[in-house]
Amino acid sequence: MSYEQQPLEDLQHIKRMMERSSRFISLSGFSGIAAGLCALTGAWFANKKIECWVKGDCTMDGLIDRGGVQLLNDLLWIATITFIGAFISAFFFTWLRSKKTKVPIWGAATGRLFWNTLVPLAAGGIFIIRMMQLGEYELIPPACLIFYGLALVNASKYTLGEIRYVGYGQLALAILNLWNIGFGLYFWAMGFGVLHIIYGVWMWNKYEKRTSS
Amino acid sequence: MNPIKDLNKIFDSRIRLGIMSALMVNPEVSFNELKELLDITDGNLASHLKTLEESGTIQVQKGFIGRKTNTTYSVTKSGEKSFKAHIAALEQMIRSTK
Repeated sequence: MSYEQQPLEDLQHIKRMMERSSRFISLSGFSGIAAGLCALTGAWFANKKIECWVKGDCTMDGLIDRGGVQLLNDLLWIATITFIGAFISAFFFTWLRSKKTKVPIWGAATGRLFWNTLVPLAAGGIFIIRMMQLGEYELIPPACLIFYGLALVNASKYTLGEIRYVGYGQLALAILNLWNIGFGLYFWAMGFGVLHIIYGVWMWNKYEKRTSS
Repeated sequence: MNPIKDLNKIFDSRIRLGIMSALMVNPEVSFNELKELLDITDGNLASHLKTLEESGTIQVQKGFIGRKTNTTYSVTKSGEKSFKAHIAALEQMIRSTK
């Protein structure tokens, strides 16, 4: 065996095996793009809702009887549908990629990624629900961005490392938003929409372009 | 100095290198996870694991998940040391060829 002549290939093999066994590497760029498009669609609908409410184009019933509660309900529905849509489409493309690369989608690495993303997100979710109960609506968009940003920074240790920069981007947007209260929806669309799409295109270009042709 | 003499014969196989790589970055890895990672048959994997175990490089833990047996493997202290020395020797070889 000409083993002694291939130290470089051996080291590359070691690195590949370490990454495959410790990080979830099937995350597809298309997942980012799809989640981003869902977020932009959701933001567009939310914007229409808010516009119609502010301009007074909605039915009088809704405005007089239920007032802001109706709007809030509608926005919550839009947010929920957007989240489900983004999650399913993101999962779908990642599932496709894991089939292609023959890396099982559920393993120790996936469990770790899932848990470490979930902890900051769940804490943030509870925090935001309490904020809504107390009527602090202006702070909801920056709070979403901050907790999501922290979740991504934390997740970057367990999947493709570049996701860390998306996390930093979310945090930067959140801080800008804190001093530009009232433009929450735009910051939200930038963070959840545009950043996801940029990340998706970047990752696709870096990891998938070669293998998919 | 000849780095080749520092290469460990026990890691003279891509499969055993793969097993060690996975065990170095995880506290423990199950038989089935190793099988999926390396994409080899049960018998082949078992024989490589045996070699590593007998040399004191890795250790076996037998446990249960419900009623199913769950065998996991982890690297021993001396195994960690010899794998690191092996990597260092590989790096040394690359440097010396430049």
